[in-house]
Order: sequence, then C-alpha cells, then structure tokens
Amino acid sequence: MNWLTNFVLPKIRAVVAPSKEVPDNLWDKCPNCGQMLFHRELEANLYVCRACGHHMRIDAERRLKLMFDDGKFTRIELPKPLVDPLKFRDRKKYVDRLKETQAKRGPNSDALAVAHGTIGGSAAVVAVFEFEFMGGSMGMAVGDGLLAAARLAVLQEAAMIVVPSSGGARMQEGILSLMQMPRTTIAVEEVKDAGLPYIVVLADPTTGGVSASFAMLGDITLSEPGAVIGFAGARVIEETIREKLPEGFQRAEYLLDHGMVDKVVARGDLHDTLARIIGMLRRRMPPAEVVPLPSRSEAKAEERS
Amino acid sequence: MRHFLDFEQPLAELDSKIEELRHISDGGDLNIADEVARLESKADKILRQTYQKLSAWQKVQIARHPERPHASDYIQALITDFTPLAGDRGFGEDRAIVGGLGRFRGYSVVVLGTEKGADTEARVRHNFGMAKPEGYRKVRRLMELADRFGLPVLTLVDTAGAYPGVEAEARGQAEAIARSIEGCLKLKVPLIATIIGEGGSGGAMALAAGNAVLMLEHSIYSVISPEGCASILWRSAENAKDAAEALRLTAQDLLKLGVIDQIVPEPLGGAHRSASETMTRTGDAIDAALRPLLGMDGKALKAQRRDKFLAMGKKGL
Repeated sequence: MNWLTNFVLPKIRAVVAPSKEVPDNLWDKCPNCGQMLFHRELEANLYVCRACGHHMRIDAERRLKLMFDDGKFTRIELPKPLVDPLKFRDRKKYVDRLKETQAKRGPNSDALAVAHGTIGGSAAVVAVFEFEFMGGSMGMAVGDGLLAAARLAVLQEAAMIVVPSSGGARMQEGILSLMQMPRTTIAVEEVKDAGLPYIVVLADPTTGGVSASFAMLGDITLSEPGAVIGFAGARVIEETIREKLPEGFQRAEYLLDHGMVDKVVARGDLHDTLARIIGMLRRRMPPAEVVPLPSRSEAKAEERS
Repeated sequence: MRHFLDFEQPLAELDSKIEELRHISDGGDLNIADEVARLESKADKILRQTYQKLSAWQKVQIARHPERPHASDYIQALITDFTPLAGDRGFGEDRAIVGGLGRFRGYSVVVLGTEKGADTEARVRHNFGMAKPEGYRKVRRLMELADRFGLPVLTLVDTAGAYPGVEAEARGQAEAIARSIEGCLKLKVPLIATIIGEGGSGGAMALAAGNAVLMLEHSIYSVISPEGCASILWRSAENAKDAAEALRLTAQDLLKLGVIDQIVPEPLGGAHRSASETMTRTGDAIDAALRPLLGMDGKALKAQRRDKFLAMGKKGL
C-alpha cells in the first residue's frame, strides 16, 4: 500500500493530470441556488451569485478592498485585551479555542479588522467583522477595536463605517461580552459628538448583542441584500411562539419594509453609494464654479464701451 | 405553603415536621415546645450552611424563585407618591416595564423596572417580565423626562430577557434596546441600576448602564441564560449547571470583575424569606449610592458613567 500510494500514484498523477494546470478549487457552489460558479468569475463578481444574486459572506480583507477607493487602505493594529478573563471552559477551554482559531486566521487576530483610507475622496475609517472568527462574536477585542476605530475617525476627522457580520456576543467572555453593548455605544457617540458621519452596513448575519447596540445606531443604515438581521434567533422565536415564521422574516428587505433600514444596497454598488452619501454629508457646498477668463478681444471690447 | 427549591429539601422536611408538631401541641405541652425549638434551631443551622456555599446554579434558582420580591414590591415599599406613566408614544404600552414618577426618601425620581408578575394573571399581564420594543422606547422616553427635569433615575432589573417574538422583531427590538442603552449613557442625571433577580442579557442591559450598578446577593446577571448557553456550547440544555458556573453570573464574581459596584446583602435564606428586610437593605444601598452623585454636575455624571464602562475588562478573575 505504501509503495502504491507513495510512489506509483504520484507518478500516474504526474502523467495523467499535471497538478499546476488543474487546481481543485475551480468551481464554487452557490449555497442559495446550488448553481456551480467558476471561481475566478465569482471573485470578479464580488462573491455574488450571477444566477440568483445571493451575496455570499466574504472575509474582512476582501470587504475592505471593495469599500475603499481603488481598493487601497491601511490596516491598523488593534489593542490586545486581557485574554480569557473568566477562565471559561465548556467542552473545551476558551483559550484553546482562541489559539486554534488564531492559528488559522493569524496570530493575535480576532473578529474585527479596522482600516483607514478614502471613499469617494473623503477620509474614512472602516471596521469590518470577520465572521469566520468564532462567528464574528463580540468580546473585549471587538469592543476595544471599535473604540480604537472611533478614536481614529475622530483624530482623522473621518467618517466611520462599520460592517457587522456577527451572531452576537461571545458567550465565552460572559458578562464582559454583554458590557461591549454600552462600550461600543460609547464609541459611536464619540464619533457623533465630533460631528462625523457614522454609517452601518449590515451584512449577513447581524443578530443578538451586536444588533442591539452599535449596529442599530447608525446615522444611516444600509444593508446587503438577503442579510439576516434581528435580535432574537429564528429558532428561539419559533420555540417561543410555536408557529412557522413568515416568509423572508428578519431579512434585509423585511427590515427595509419595517422601517429599520434606509436602503438595501447590492455589493457592487456599495462603494459608490457610500461615496455619494459621505460626500453629501461632508461637502455641503457646491463645488467652486470654474469661471473662464475673458479672452483678449473680449477684454478690449469691454474697454472700448 | 412555602415554595422550597430542590436543594432546600432537608429544610422542607424539617419545616413540615415543625408544622406537624405545632398542630399536635396546641395546648402547651412542654416537651413538644422543646422539640419544636430544637428543630427550629436545626433548621436555622441548615439554612445558614446551605446559603453560605450556594453554587451558581442554586443562585439561578433563587434569583428565579416565584416568591422573590418583584419590581412592583420594591416600588411599593421604597417609593412614595408613585405615579405610573404609560406608553412609548409610538405604538403602545408595554406592561413588562413599570415606570413613573415618585419620591425616594423625599427626592423626586423617575423609577423604571421590569416586572415579572406575582401570580398567573399578573405574569400574563406583564408578559413574564419580557419587554417588547415599545417597552424599551418607554424607558427611553421616561429617561428623557428625568433628564429634562434633573431627576435621578432608579431602575430595578428582573427579566429573563427581551421578548423573542415576531411582532417584537418587526417593530425593531434590536434598535429599541440599542436606543435604551444609548439613553442610559446620555443621561445628565444619576442613574442607579439594581439587579433584584434575573439580569437577562440585552433586555437587562437596556436599563443597567448606570453610574452605580447594585446587585442583590443572590441575583444573577448574564449575557445568556445558562440553559441557552448550554444548548449552544454543550449542545444540551441539561448542562445548564455547568454553564451557570462557567458564565460567572453571580454577584460575587461580577463584583470581582468590576462589572457591578456593590452587593446588597439578602436576609438569611434569600430575599423571599423576608421581603421587608430586603426592601430596607436595598433602599439603604440605593440611598448610599445616590447621595454622592447628587452633588455632581451633568457632564461629570455622564463622564463617570462612560469611564466606568470603558474601564471594564481590565481585570479578570
């Protein structure tokens, strides 16, 4: 068996399918409609299914790229909070869970990334959630990160934009995760008190303690199509009321209909929409008019009259 | 008939024995009186021992005890001239939130509380203490009223959490809670929050971003119920006891974490064993917390509150 797998199989593979030309991740399947999508095309389409328009979850780096002008931005290092203040353990120790996730997603990383740059020429600080990091859950690191983002926005006199994608509070940080609700609310207030715009772009999912704090306090609230947004989880509600939930319940469009969201914006239009809104909020006067200098003959004619 | 919790069974047995003996004696048989006295002192000893080393899960049970005093009991005992005020001015009146104007030891205050209700009819009327968006919007409205007239705000928190239902979501439960927290943080008057029973998640937080947060000795305050936490992290609600320990939801742990400012000691055997004693102690604790804040100006009060929340998480257990 060893000889077969270690020696013969690679030889056969080398002849039959030269590995360089056929990477196995050429195709992705849309989780909504099942359509097979060519990977490169999907990337070019910002991870939106071309068949059904489903917006897939994307990581923080890709998200930042599509929001800033020319995809250019500078990430900032976030404060390092106390690790595992509760010494929490469920079936596994929280510190071990954290280490495992950080091994996959980068040392010292957590569920938030913050960057600054320009959007439509206006200074902007963007904080985006990393859903792949423990469901984007909010603990001390996220709270401190949002505070850092707010302070950077105030310092740079920039607009602050937050893109939540989170199941809610991080249970493993117990009460301290709950305390991120007032702490992030304070962050938002610092931006607002400085007279700067605070814009929220709700992405899938935004629920629990995240939705019930900074995510619902935007001067303007946009949402990605189809995003699940709500306070209580659908399963909890179903168990409480013991009936089926209405079609489209807790989706972005449902929130739009119920007056909780200003606008549902497709991912491809997000940058331009943000640029327009921030531009109108921050540059209130019409651009200076360009008056052509009178030509020499005109000037002479004026002299004579 | 007193309601005994499962870990109080030895007490329940002694209690019924004492009752029985009393029933027999009637006349004044000395031997029986001695026996009653002996049993009573034994019961007292067991009660003392049990309540000295309560586990987190036992505290959860006490915090939810059906005979534990509720917000309305505190209002009745501690607030004179209570004048309930209703409605959010947008949709309706949510009876899960009781609130209004009143006097606390002479001072005009706005008092707000989540009310669970004492009997079945009251529980239904108050939706078991689980508020809907209109409830949190009423909180915000009454806080703004307090702010306008310079009245301190006293909140009494006792809720399993915000109501999880279709209408609540449709009317913006998340936004209502967020605005309520924002309302607490904006206040230019003192806000004293007291967790009297269950401090359940965002629904509790909405009333608890205070200058001083007090907690009754056997009350609990948590980001999620132990049952909910267990069903997610252990994949079985049966691990609720383990979750209760892990979440550090007791007043004693929360004081160490700097999340609350003070513990109000309960009478021996819990608040439900002597409501009047509990009221007095709670009133004294609120009074003591309120006095130093009364002399502070609005800006300083707001800054003190913000600084307190921003400093949280610096120390662990």
